[in-house]
Amino acid sequence: MGALRFELRDTPPDAPALRAELRAFLAEQGRNWSPTVRAYSWMGFDRDFSREVGKRGWIGMTWPRAYGGGERTAMDRYVVLEEMLAVGAPVGAHWIGDRQSGPLILRLGTEEQRREFLPRIVSGELAFAIGLSEPDSGSDLASLRTRATKVEGGWRIEGRKVWTTNAHRCDFMIALLRTSPAPDPRAKHQGLSQFLVDLRSSGLSIRPILDLAGEEGFNEITFDNVFVPDSLLVGKEGNGWEQATAELAFERAGPERYLSSLPLLTAALDDLRAEPAAAETVGRLLARAGTLRQMSLSVAGMLQEGKTPAREAALVKDVGNDYEQALPETLRTLFDAARTPAEVWEMQRMMTMVARSYSLRGGTREILRGIIARQLGLR
Amino acid sequence: MSDELRSILLEQVEKLLADRAGPDVLRRAEAGEWPEALWAEMEALGLPLALAPEEMGGAGLTWEDAVAVWQVLGRHGAPVPLAESMAAAGLLAAAGIGPPPGYLGLVVAGEPGLSWGRRAQHLVAAHGGKLVLCPAAKAQEGRDGFSRLPLDVCQPGPDSAAAPLPPALGAEAPLLAGAMIQAALIAGALEAVLDTAVDYANTRKQFGRPIGGFQAVQQLLAQAAGEVAAAGVAAAQAGRAASRRGLAAAEFEVASAKVVAGEAAGKVAAIVHQVHAAIGFTDEHHLHLFTRRLWAWRDACGTERVWAQRIGAAALARGGAALWPDLTARDEAAV
Repeated sequence: MGALRFELRDTPPDAPALRAELRAFLAEQGRNWSPTVRAYSWMGFDRDFSREVGKRGWIGMTWPRAYGGGERTAMDRYVVLEEMLAVGAPVGAHWIGDRQSGPLILRLGTEEQRREFLPRIVSGELAFAIGLSEPDSGSDLASLRTRATKVEGGWRIEGRKVWTTNAHRCDFMIALLRTSPAPDPRAKHQGLSQFLVDLRSSGLSIRPILDLAGEEGFNEITFDNVFVPDSLLVGKEGNGWEQATAELAFERAGPERYLSSLPLLTAALDDLRAEPAAAETVGRLLARAGTLRQMSLSVAGMLQEGKTPAREAALVKDVGNDYEQALPETLRTLFDAARTPAEVWEMQRMMTMVARSYSLRGGTREILRGIIARQLGLR
Repeated sequence: MSDELRSILLEQVEKLLADRAGPDVLRRAEAGEWPEALWAEMEALGLPLALAPEEMGGAGLTWEDAVAVWQVLGRHGAPVPLAESMAAAGLLAAAGIGPPPGYLGLVVAGEPGLSWGRRAQHLVAAHGGKLVLCPAAKAQEGRDGFSRLPLDVCQPGPDSAAAPLPPALGAEAPLLAGAMIQAALIAGALEAVLDTAVDYANTRKQFGRPIGGFQAVQQLLAQAAGEVAAAGVAAAQAGRAASRRGLAAAEFEVASAKVVAGEAAGKVAAIVHQVHAAIGFTDEHHLHLFTRRLWAWRDACGTERVWAQRIGAAALARGGAALWPDLTARDEAAV
């Protein structure tokens, strides 16, 4: 209980060389990314791009070579992530697999699952979706009702998952499902299990849901008697809540929790030279960016040491979400219809819309603050 | 200093302040009573000279170590100007001048006075490209409007020593050191007021239960915890940058620390007062001993606005293409 500690961390010694390689690659790849694509950032899905990233060894970088990984450090991986985010690269086709599905399989999957899935995530071939939220279970995730019932050789799934970003473009999801009834309403965290589900399974239908920005970002997935073989249960039956909680630590820990809107600051900066009030505003934004980057690095360092910094990640995500969400609003106060270029306005418009999701996805602001409050010892 | 040695040092400082500081000492300091016993023990521990190397009577602390000490000092309301005296000694040593014992006042250009200037035996100032040490002559006594601590204008005596400011310190060394001190003190005091507010929320009952059980209160304090953590990281980062690259080249991190800590001071002070409600608005409760210092420290040695303008103008001059490369290169170039 009490205040959380954030030890300062350094990026790895080979970071400058790695950055140079990434910047050259991203400049080449990003020639045709519109301001809208960059504003959509890691929700953007571009399989060809992800394959190119995979070819260069930048997916599954920390995983064992036996599964196609690069056995690099978590800090090397951090450098790759932040370089991608800084330019708003459309990394969505490999982001979830690299960030949470792959690490989950690596830690808890069977040997067969590791050999089957990890190399194909690494190459950028296999895209993963997150299978947590349901129509009636958002922040109260453990109340979920999609059920897997034991049958000969496997399980049958009935129910629905929703807000699954890019599921209609993905190949697999790791779904958190109820495999036995909760012993009583207060123990609803029990009886949950995680499964690898092929999104092309018979009985599974995916309905894209248009988002407010006009993109087919997320989906509703209906499971109508979908069969999953025993071999695709992940980890231990009944242990799904603990596993998903650890998965959420990965989901919340990364630099995408403060960097989603940084490309706008980069894009707008040259125009702002003509704006007398800009220096102070830009300075405040930069001061926070540098601080958040160090907080985020600190969490990456804990992951590197094999810790599960769930609470630290929640805190950095909360502070980071506030930052990335406010950035487009703050910069807008400095824009001028007669002066600010159309591409900058385009990015600002897109980000203003998309930014609403920053404090929702991966755990709402209110849920994160509840976690922080418990850590403080409030009860 | 190794991590292990630093944590031993920090424990010593924490224990000393826990035994000798406290609200009564802070109140007496505000009434003009110099905390003699505390200062004597700090001198006995060698703290005021600790930033100087051993051959100059110090302990060879780095700026990073010093920031950690100042954060502990801030947690206890900084009843004595230890941070300023340490920094002044550190600057002198870096310029090759052996620091004398006693309270060394750090003269920061543009500041209205010197904390406890009436107690300063010597002054350290930068002008004309030189760092100057001189005896402190008569002080014109005043007090800070927020902290109520003595804030005096000191007449400098004739120079005792002067040396060119080395490039690592730069012409603005006292200002940068001063801003780093304020950021570290703020980061520490923020921890103290957050702890106080959490304790209060867990004990104060309304509607039959502790108010800390209400989500409205929890959300406020969680938000405060984020600001407190950010201020601590920003201050530590400034200290580390100054240790590695010298104060002059740590301008971005020092500025960032002052901006982030200053913003946090305003937001967190508002939250902890809201949580304490009427009792926190009284003189009797000790909360204001810390929140008034937070408001004082965020104004001292350059407000958020001043430092933000400085790094913002530099970034605007460099242009959009340099923004991210500059942000990532600072640490990597030095490692």
